Amino acid sequence: MTAQESTVAAQASSTSAQKSAGLNGRAMVEFRGVSKVYQTGHPAVDNLNLSIETGKITVFVGPSGCGKTTSLRMINRMVEPTSGIITVGGRDVSSIPAPELRRSMGYVMQQAGLLPHRTVLDNVSTVLRLNKVPRAQARKRSLELLETVGLSASMARRYPNQLSGGQQQRVGVARALAADPPVLLMDEPFSAVDPVVRAELQQELLRLQRELAKTIIFVTHDIDEATVLGDTLAVFASGGRVAQYAPPEEILRAPIDDFVAGFVGRDRGFRRLSFSPGDSLPIHPVPTVLWGATLPNTAANPDDAEAGATPAATAGSEWVLAVDAHNRPQGWLLRGSHAASTPLELIPGGSLFRDGDPLRNALDAALSSPSGWGVAVDAEGKVTGVVKAAQVLAAIDAARESRY
Amino acid sequence: MQWFLANLEQVLNLTGYHLIQAVVPLVLSVLIAIPLAQLARLNKVAGGIILSLGSLLYTIPSLALFVILPSILGTKILDFSNIIVALTIYAVALLVRSTLDALNSVDDTIRQAATAMGYKPLQRFLGVDLPLSIPVLFAGLRVISVSNISLVTVGSLLGIPSLGFFFTDGLQRNFPTEIVVGIVGTLVLALLMDVVLVLVQKLLTPWLRTAKPMPALASDLHTAAVEA
Repeated sequence: MTAQESTVAAQASSTSAQKSAGLNGRAMVEFRGVSKVYQTGHPAVDNLNLSIETGKITVFVGPSGCGKTTSLRMINRMVEPTSGIITVGGRDVSSIPAPELRRSMGYVMQQAGLLPHRTVLDNVSTVLRLNKVPRAQARKRSLELLETVGLSASMARRYPNQLSGGQQQRVGVARALAADPPVLLMDEPFSAVDPVVRAELQQELLRLQRELAKTIIFVTHDIDEATVLGDTLAVFASGGRVAQYAPPEEILRAPIDDFVAGFVGRDRGFRRLSFSPGDSLPIHPVPTVLWGATLPNTAANPDDAEAGATPAATAGSEWVLAVDAHNRPQGWLLRGSHAASTPLELIPGGSLFRDGDPLRNALDAALSSPSGWGVAVDAEGKVTGVVKAAQVLAAIDAARESRY
Repeated sequence: MQWFLANLEQVLNLTGYHLIQAVVPLVLSVLIAIPLAQLARLNKVAGGIILSLGSLLYTIPSLALFVILPSILGTKILDFSNIIVALTIYAVALLVRSTLDALNSVDDTIRQAATAMGYKPLQRFLGVDLPLSIPVLFAGLRVISVSNISLVTVGSLLGIPSLGFFFTDGLQRNFPTEIVVGIVGTLVLALLMDVVLVLVQKLLTPWLRTAKPMPALASDLHTAAVEA
């Protein structure tokens, strides 16, 4: 039922007659019949109608060359639309002088786009100085912002070429936030950094957003990044039209057409588990041994072993979880029948299922664990028990059955 | 050497004149070439005209220009301003092209970033484009500075005082020492000017003196999930 309704709504939003599809909250940015046609005659953006909710992250996602960056740039008039109206906070952007409009919103781009001849502090101060804020005051505010984005004050005097890619992006975010704009435009800001730093920057952005509640419009071609960050996704298709405009969970569950289904990819079923809470999953006790100073011949935690849940007793061998002194998982040990003669070897473990994580992490923990048991930990990283893939699947089934 | 020491006062005097005739056109040419180059960058038609005119002007022989200018400007033939105007023309002709290269060397994404921050066009040109084009701009300036120093000597054929006086005077008196002093003096002057330009460039581009990127901070290396 829900799926049908959303399908209808999404279809309506992609037809030309439809006025901007209203969401629950009030709109900060609105596109009304916006098109951009370049001289070649091909529309880069074709009759875009979108209403972007205040205080949320809206992600423009799609393959390259489908008009998502062009659409973003029309908001701050880096690109002028051929037809249609864009409003920000109710004001038609074409009625505001471009430099003034741009200073009223933050802009973060790929490769950070920092001014290489200015120090980090001066880069962050840029918009404040353009707005004629006194130098001392601008610097004070900029120093605060460096801290907000997780950079130490010692970075302030450095030049951008002395920073790593991730640090540069943080400075880019600080600079965009400096004038405390209500709207933040982010154009593939994390696409040039390595996956580990990227994941870290994504989490930082979500943390900042919880504090600041800006209206963020974020462009990416990465559906994973889009589902992690977005409150709402606008999936752009070739020809500059929006194929689907919905929360990520809905797009993964009910892609509106073959294009969206193809774009969200083969793993969409697995990816959607990111939106299924994992708190109802049964956590089983697990035998543990202290790994480190002493040889792990005996279970250091007899209570757990006595609890009866011997995880995988196959062919005379059993898996035991090695932990450190703080009960944090270190890896798995296979206690075989001939273990007495051969020294035990620590087998690296899989990913962890943290308290509060969705089912996706639980399933991945189980699938990536050499023992077949996914290790569950609490917020401090201490072992709370293990989960089994079959039970995760059962939980997924239960969730699906309760939906229909 | 003895002759040099005996005539030190004259050498220094002429060096002073020489320097003025070389430096003033250099400064004027920078002030003229930068707006012209930006105009050439923004307008293809204007750019074509400016660049061809520059090449054309540079083909005029210097002696001819020194002789013609007084009748155009209404100055006396021995006026310094003839040399200064002539050398400015040559310098601008050369510098427009290298300034254009310099402005084109600025990364377009940085330009766009500045525009997106809300820089107005002139603000951006002075605050972003120009400072970032300094390295390439100064490479051009250094060539012109040397060329100016040597061109100034031609003025001595008309009797305008510079180190070139030692060439004409030495030749007439068949006195090689004087000619050598003139040549060495010109070379030293050209070298000193070059050193000064290099120093000025370093002063103006502190961001290029910084070391290679620092190793990433722990926060960057820190992985979200500890593998277990």
